[in-house]
Amino acid sequence: MREVAVLGVAMTKFGVSDKTNLEMFAEAGLEAISKSSLNPKDIQALFFGNCLGDFEEGQLHMAPFAHAELGLPTGAPATRFESACATATVAIRHAALLVGAGIYDVVLAGGTERAAGMGTPLATRTFAMACQAHHESSAGITFPGVFAMAAHMYAHKYGIALSELKRHMAEVAVKNHYHGSLNPKAHFRKPITVDTVLNSMMVADPLQLFDCCPFSDGAAALVLAEANKARELVEKPVFIAGTGQASAGSLYLQRDLTRIKAREEASRQAFSQAGIGPQDVQVVELHDCFTIAEILALEAMGFYGFGSAYKSASSRETYLGGKLVVNPSGGLKAKGHPIGATGAAQVTEIVEQLRGECGERQVNGARVGMVDTLGGDFGTVCNIILRV
Amino acid sequence: MAAKKEADIRFSKFGTVSFTAITKVNDFVDFLEQGKVMGSRCKDCGLMFFPPRADCHNCLAGNMEWFEVTGKGKLVSYSSLAFAPIGFGDDLPYTIALVDYGQYKVFARLSPGLKPEDVSVGMEMKTVANRLPNGQLNYVFERA
Ligand SMILES: [Zn+2]
Repeated sequence: MREVAVLGVAMTKFGVSDKTNLEMFAEAGLEAISKSSLNPKDIQALFFGNCLGDFEEGQLHMAPFAHAELGLPTGAPATRFESACATATVAIRHAALLVGAGIYDVVLAGGTERAAGMGTPLATRTFAMACQAHHESSAGITFPGVFAMAAHMYAHKYGIALSELKRHMAEVAVKNHYHGSLNPKAHFRKPITVDTVLNSMMVADPLQLFDCCPFSDGAAALVLAEANKARELVEKPVFIAGTGQASAGSLYLQRDLTRIKAREEASRQAFSQAGIGPQDVQVVELHDCFTIAEILALEAMGFYGFGSAYKSASSRETYLGGKLVVNPSGGLKAKGHPIGATGAAQVTEIVEQLRGECGERQVNGARVGMVDTLGGDFGTVCNIILRV
Repeated sequence: MAAKKEADIRFSKFGTVSFTAITKVNDFVDFLEQGKVMGSRCKDCGLMFFPPRADCHNCLAGNMEWFEVTGKGKLVSYSSLAFAPIGFGDDLPYTIALVDYGQYKVFARLSPGLKPEDVSVGMEMKTVANRLPNGQLNYVFERA
């Protein structure tokens, strides 16, 4: 495999947008190409992520239209990827694999999503389309419900009073909102307190509104190239050190909801390819769709032992300035979660962190960063490790 | 000329909202109407599937028989929902849950008579056929 590097990265502001999926993606894509000292004619393939465009906008087959908006050459194939919330991460991983394999030298990858305009009942239904349709979606399963089940099980398995676990979970939201307050691109830029979380309305017991990420609109995109080509074009290429992806079927196939097997396997693959371990990582953008999800992710990736990450935010170890900075962008919780774009925004944050471009939320001395994205009710996890 | 074969859409009777009317294991719905929750078992290797499958990945074949989901399973976890997807709002509040039978697991709701405060992780549960207020069929968990 050839070494692969990230060149220009870009994302729109996340939040509520009055632009189409294609308009948002064009904005991010053109900025990423321009920051790479390239022109659209130089892009050899587009790896395009989107989940709900067919449902939300009536727009299926969006990849070739994104290709046209960006003015890419006819010979550069545009392909849509869909892996629920892990969509863009999976698109980027496959872009990196094909550049690494020597099929392409320079490609564009990323994603776009509109979710804010649907309203909560419809958005909840479309998200639940990523669960198994015959036996899960037909029972009225919801994603907050799935992670709420994991929270109940975590409290029981490790003998923690639910009220105590909930306080620690609330601290995760407080941290990510604080980080988000330092990110001009974040959906939410308002710091909150533990009481904000614990006084918010119940969504799926024990998860309250502020345990949950928002429905957001946004897009993000990045250029990947063979490493030597990247060194010629940009001052600070960031290298892909390792990737991993694993699959695990639906919720009814899981026995222990505190152990996300696909993540344990995907992160093992990524660490193995990178030849490093969790202790070598300084900054992580991980899938905090719910507060409990950040805790589960930290354990599955090996940053904490099983049953011990629930205190990670309360102890401030995962804050800016802590020993492992987790979600300096604000995470899905505060930066926002336009599902098809999320993975590309996570990679964008890690790349900018490793380049020292994050201003107030800069993680000092970051040399290795990791991206973690989960799709569906534990069915897909994709990890990417980046280094300077 | 042969008459056009009618589509087998029995699965449209399953769930509060059925998204998928067809499946190779549509007899599941007839059993449910008779009050039986059934899974499928491979006659060659004995692997049990719930929800039922038509083919066994272990034997690369479809030599299956039905078995009834009986006895006790352990409650893996549960959550009582205050928000539902569009189309499910009339059922609120309802509690989703996962029950482990060892060789297979069942995802469903708690029986409407069972309050979330009455259950805890690890508790023994049974799975029973149920008819929803809108006339649709499903299966729910009760205390074993
Ligand atoms: Zn078999």
